Amino acid sequence: MLIFTLRRLNLFLFTMLILSILSFSLSFLFPGEQIINISGQINATPEGIELVALEYGKHESLITQYWIYLNQLFEGNWGVSMTSQLPIYGEILNHLPATIELTMTALFIAMVTGIPIGFIAAINHRKKADDFILSFAMIGYSIPIFWLGLLTILIFSIQLGWLPSAGQISLLYEIKQVTGIQFIDILLSDSPYKWQAFQNASSHIILPSCVVALAPATIFIRLARTSMLNVLDTHYIKAAMAKGLTFQQIIYRHAIRNALVNVIRDVGLQFANLVTLAMVTEVIFSWPGIGRWLIESIYQRDYTAIQGGLLALSCFIFLVHILTDFIYATLNPLARETHRGPQ
Amino acid sequence: MASYFSKQLQSLLFFTMSWCLFACNSENKASLSANSIIYCSEGAPETFNPQLVTSGVTIDATSKQLYNQLITFNAKNNSISPSLAKSWHVTRDNKKITFYLRKNVNFHQTDYFMPTRPLNADDVLFSFNRILDEEHIYHQVSGGRYPFFQSVGFSDLIQSVERINDYTIRFTLNRADSSFLANLATDFAIILSKEYAEQLIKQDQMENIDFQPIGTGPFKLKEYRGGSFIRYNPHEQYWGSNTTLKQLVFDITPSNTGRLTKLLAGECDIVAYPIAHEKITQNPKLALNDVTAFNIGYLGFNTAKYPFDNKLVRQAVGHAIDRQAILETVYFGDAKAEAATSLLPPSSWAYDSNIPVIDYSIVKAKELLLEAGLPDGFSIDLWAMPVQRAYNPDAVTMAKLIQADLQKIGIQVNIISFNWQEFLRRVALGEHHAVLLGWSADHPDPDNFFKPLLSCASAETGNNRTLWCNEKYDDIIHRALLTTDIKERKQLYFQALNIVAEELPLLPIAHSKRFQARSTKIKGPLLNAFGGIDFNGVSKN
Repeated sequence: MLIFTLRRLNLFLFTMLILSILSFSLSFLFPGEQIINISGQINATPEGIELVALEYGKHESLITQYWIYLNQLFEGNWGVSMTSQLPIYGEILNHLPATIELTMTALFIAMVTGIPIGFIAAINHRKKADDFILSFAMIGYSIPIFWLGLLTILIFSIQLGWLPSAGQISLLYEIKQVTGIQFIDILLSDSPYKWQAFQNASSHIILPSCVVALAPATIFIRLARTSMLNVLDTHYIKAAMAKGLTFQQIIYRHAIRNALVNVIRDVGLQFANLVTLAMVTEVIFSWPGIGRWLIESIYQRDYTAIQGGLLALSCFIFLVHILTDFIYATLNPLARETHRGPQ
Repeated sequence: MASYFSKQLQSLLFFTMSWCLFACNSENKASLSANSIIYCSEGAPETFNPQLVTSGVTIDATSKQLYNQLITFNAKNNSISPSLAKSWHVTRDNKKITFYLRKNVNFHQTDYFMPTRPLNADDVLFSFNRILDEEHIYHQVSGGRYPFFQSVGFSDLIQSVERINDYTIRFTLNRADSSFLANLATDFAIILSKEYAEQLIKQDQMENIDFQPIGTGPFKLKEYRGGSFIRYNPHEQYWGSNTTLKQLVFDITPSNTGRLTKLLAGECDIVAYPIAHEKITQNPKLALNDVTAFNIGYLGFNTAKYPFDNKLVRQAVGHAIDRQAILETVYFGDAKAEAATSLLPPSSWAYDSNIPVIDYSIVKAKELLLEAGLPDGFSIDLWAMPVQRAYNPDAVTMAKLIQADLQKIGIQVNIISFNWQEFLRRVALGEHHAVLLGWSADHPDPDNFFKPLLSCASAETGNNRTLWCNEKYDDIIHRALLTTDIKERKQLYFQALNIVAEELPLLPIAHSKRFQARSTKIKGPLLNAFGGIDFNGVSKN
């Protein structure tokens, strides 16, 4: 496990290195002055620019400049937004938690619906139910997310009036931002309308998280189905059958656990896809997350924000990836210790 | 046994969860949203001080919510009524105006400011000196631009503002100006707190005066999240009648469809500038309100240039244009705009229905062209403004309709449109033959139409796009300002309107309406014919 951890850590460091080099070089590649792109000081006087240039070591070699840039990143100085002149670091801290909340809820929904449905399909292999589930998965995967988002708003918000269409919570509730994750903040707050706010926030997250969850859920259906089919085809299942275990015993005790492990491995891979979907969904549902913020920054050619946003988002995706790797490794000894099992 | 226990636990958990999600909330629900209003506005305010802007978005969000003026307009008949000044006195020569302030008017008490004294003459003096006195310590804070006051020539008009005693203040003018009171009653002429300004000097945070506002209005600022929302709480010690609302939230939603969706989904109680009017009127839970705004959309003739330097040609064109068709096509029918018969909208006190209206008649138009010696027609450039405004939602379509109408009397029309800045610049230079433009009034005094649109002075500055300069007309509107006698002014403006109808430097087309959609739960008036919206007096049930 130690070697596994070290290997992952190594990978993490290298990826971060490459990401930070990319982000640093973006400030050169974007049009305009590099020093303005990296600091966001768009209104500064020539003297002010000179000060910023000194701060970023503009007169040193590129390597030193990069090193200073890294130091600035670690000190939380990510420059200021070119449009709003607010510090990028603070903006990211404000917006990232909302995205974490949305993506995690969506991931949860995708897993708890997709995986069992996939298993059901595998158990009913080549029967009507299987065909039905597979075609549903195909349709679900093919629906463009922006269209689905608008459609759900049209049906559930406008026609039926069941669920709200925009934002994280009704603006009437004053919830102090502590962690940034709305549900935790609500529970921490001392508002007399705590439970009302909780209910309101829950109703706000249902539509966007379901929309984000649909495509990953269909992938989980197919992954779970394939994985289960493979497991059902193995010798130990056949042996269990031969021993006379009931079908339920086989499925619940042996097949599900072993099939699940293989699905978990792919969760990390799916997560990058999920974040991309969440960015589009955030725009449609006016969700105050980092995706919406980043897309607005792209519209407004806010280069400093684009650099910071990209760095933060890719870090987040990568962290989740590594986290699922660890979970997979804990569940599956084959993955972490190569001397076990066949090579 | 264990499984029995876990089943019990499960059902208990399920019960509590469902109880919390549905039952326990319904009783509280009434208390928070029942007295709170969410208003979906079309944009974010640039500042929280209306002195600094003319933009409608900022005025709507700040003026009537946060502040009061010395005097205000009575919403019913647009007459001037007391506000922070409980009464006022104007000398016979109209040059000295004394205001007697209301006592015990409290400023907002917030996290950032704790007032120790009620409003007095120092605050009024501070608020106006900030605008007038270029040496004033606060004059340059936030850029030193006061566009409304500069456009009405405030600093030339006012000789001095003096403090007589704690509750009396006197304005001395260089010349009589009967629109002066109306200018003071606009949403721009608000009163700030001097005590707060002094506190900010000590804290070295002077720029906060325009972003963390302190006023005397019915609401105080609780929280502003840039570009996202504004949260107002009621001002408990408000001097007037207190609002019944517990909270007022401006949900900033720039997209038209976004506002409509939020209205239909019940996330907004009121939306500004709604689209899809039919959809709203069909819904029994929603209502559509409108008010005829103080504005005018018109076709202006360049009177300094052939062919419209000839009055007969202008009249011919006036007769040839089917304004009813324009109203139906461009303004979507009578419901959304009313046909303009003169410069002034019918709700102005100076409006007179006896002003001759130019009728639609091709025959008359042809006769007039014959008389002018141009029976074979000619060709003109018609400039259509490129942006949407309430007074003209679609100038290019309007230009096309006019093109078709004028074709009938042999006039060829070329439609020209540039981007907005370039358009205004070139029109000010007089490159056009005719132009489709409009005007929205800042206050109900009729002078706000007569002077900026058609006076010789504004022809020089380029604001008068017709370049029409009539000495008789100028003399009349100047005389109308020297007196405060409404009857006399009305008489003078009647003469002025007659000159305009006869000379026809511009052809009035429509006075359009301003719309708002709200849930039927919301009661009380909100829209005004001019100026910003006012939430004091709005309630929810």
